[in-house]
Amino acid sequence: MKAYFGPYGGQFVPETVMYALTELDQAFRYYRRDRQFKKSLAAYLRDYVGRPTPLYLAEGLTGKLKGPRIYLKREDLTHTGAHKINNTLGQVLLAKAMGKERIIAETGAGQHGVATATAATLFGLSCAIYMGETDIKRQAMNVTRMKLLGAEVIPVGSGSRTLKDAINEALRDWVTNISNTYYVIGSVVGPHPYPTIVREFQYVVGKEARQQIQKAAGRLPDVLVACVGGGSNAMGLFAPFAKDAVRFIGVEAAGSGIESGKHSAPLCAGRVGILHGTKSYLLQTDEGQISEAHSVAPGLDYPGVGPEHSSLKDTLRAEYVSVTDEEALEAFQLLSRTDGIIPALESSHAVAFVCKRASEFKKEDIVVINLSGRGDKDLDIVAQYLKEASHE
Amino acid sequence: MNRIDQLFETLRKKNGTALMPFLVAGDPTLSHTSDLICALEEAGADMIELGVAFSDPIADGPTIQAAGQRALASGVTLSAVLDMVKDIRKKVTLPICLMCYYNLLYQYPIEQFAERAADVGIDGVIVPDLPPEEAGPWRGAAIRAGLRTIFLVTPTTPHERVEKIDSLSTGFLYYVSLTGVTGARKELPRDLTLALDRTRNEARNPVAVGFGIGTASQVAALAPHADGIIVGSALVKVIEQHQNSSSLVERVKSFVQELKRPLM
Repeated sequence: MKAYFGPYGGQFVPETVMYALTELDQAFRYYRRDRQFKKSLAAYLRDYVGRPTPLYLAEGLTGKLKGPRIYLKREDLTHTGAHKINNTLGQVLLAKAMGKERIIAETGAGQHGVATATAATLFGLSCAIYMGETDIKRQAMNVTRMKLLGAEVIPVGSGSRTLKDAINEALRDWVTNISNTYYVIGSVVGPHPYPTIVREFQYVVGKEARQQIQKAAGRLPDVLVACVGGGSNAMGLFAPFAKDAVRFIGVEAAGSGIESGKHSAPLCAGRVGILHGTKSYLLQTDEGQISEAHSVAPGLDYPGVGPEHSSLKDTLRAEYVSVTDEEALEAFQLLSRTDGIIPALESSHAVAFVCKRASEFKKEDIVVINLSGRGDKDLDIVAQYLKEASHE
Repeated sequence: MNRIDQLFETLRKKNGTALMPFLVAGDPTLSHTSDLICALEEAGADMIELGVAFSDPIADGPTIQAAGQRALASGVTLSAVLDMVKDIRKKVTLPICLMCYYNLLYQYPIEQFAERAADVGIDGVIVPDLPPEEAGPWRGAAIRAGLRTIFLVTPTTPHERVEKIDSLSTGFLYYVSLTGVTGARKELPRDLTLALDRTRNEARNPVAVGFGIGTASQVAALAPHADGIIVGSALVKVIEQHQNSSSLVERVKSFVQELKRPLM
């Protein structure tokens, strides 16, 4: 497998980790072709996760916007409520095959933490989840879920106390316990081979969507839209359409607005640098200190992005845009009303983009949005926002 | 001749071991660091390892993380660290090795950094998150500038890889004593001295050992097995404890003198 996507990616890690990355690369290359492994993963995805997830024509939203036909890939309907489980089941099954005893992971929104704890419990491995103190506060429900699932949740009080710092701590744990521990990275970020591994385990999303849209509409879609934090749900949707004449649009979080400087949009407004083992676009100071990211969606609150997205940006294969917290919160409410679907705040960014640009599409255009997760976890944040809005 | 090469050449002749204290530049301020470097030389340090604070130091434990935060809070930048070294070079002659995460070099950018670092009197650079596979551009720039490029080997580095890393290293080879992040430990791995002997037998470069070492007795135990001994977190802890005290320099000095004793 290639360690680079164009000039992006690589393995910028302490030497202690190099042997574990080599071991992981070899194991993944072996097991991805192993019949028993593939059969086992497919069965869990079907019987445990509930795949395939539906591709649903959002009649309400389509009617309301009077724009393109909008289909939603319903990853929100998976067990644990987000696309994250596709990756964690794959990686934990891989960890088990490799003989690892202990699973660690970082989490931002808590979805990846819950999905990792779930998979670890399912396969009988012990599990520790690193989570920033700020995120622990704003995603309390997911903390309870992880604990119920038997995982140890370790609060991270360093730096911005969010996802980036949780990854730092998880990497430090991995360096310390490298022989028996498997680090389940939650997105298409980190050193090679993680960006490829995570994309391959998320590939199922786009693969299903491609078959489903051909069956439903008789043709391929015109546009795919997905939110991008690290970018795993977007890579999962995009990858199977790589050779098709289909536009890819990745939606980053503009937070309070790109010009405010408080955002999570490295592809739209960052510079190339090195963080968490990979070379990619980043939010950073002129000097190269990593900046804190801002987004109402905890899962998008990350100053980096997967290296493959950086490559797709430079080659113009994908377009990257951004929507603000406010636009995402409006889309969150809109989809709840038009179609009875409460989307995750992360996925609401993708919905918001389509709402904003609906008039630029032709009526016969087909847009597929990856509805990557459900919004139950975000109700406190949204309630707080509505309260503040009604006071103004 | 590069100061690092000179140091190990001298030590080789008398079968000695270098004491290599580590501190974070700008902890708590750059003017403190400048005073501390002079004091360390007087206390018998053979080389200084100078850490550059980074927002996301994944190879460091809590002690050095906190020092980095103090340095960043004082407004320290890589350029300011280099200016400080230029200044201190008027006063000290010992080799100075920079420890700096890759993104800071990458943004400087690399070529300009290497030239400037050599120009101010830095002798070598350790980049803890840059394995040899990714180091091509950096090595080229460093060699052109006359800087030594120190790579790390760890207990998880396979035998044949040690050879490769050694062949790409100049100045010395950094042996990481344990699988983990920086930070003083009560006990070091049991097979450490064996691993050091093996690495030293095979390596072309002098071998310095670091991570977890913080007491004079540990220094004494490791001295016969290493060409250099790096003490980081334990020293940084002393700085942390006395950062607001007028006795900071004296405390640091006496701590390093104590570490030096077994090497005299």
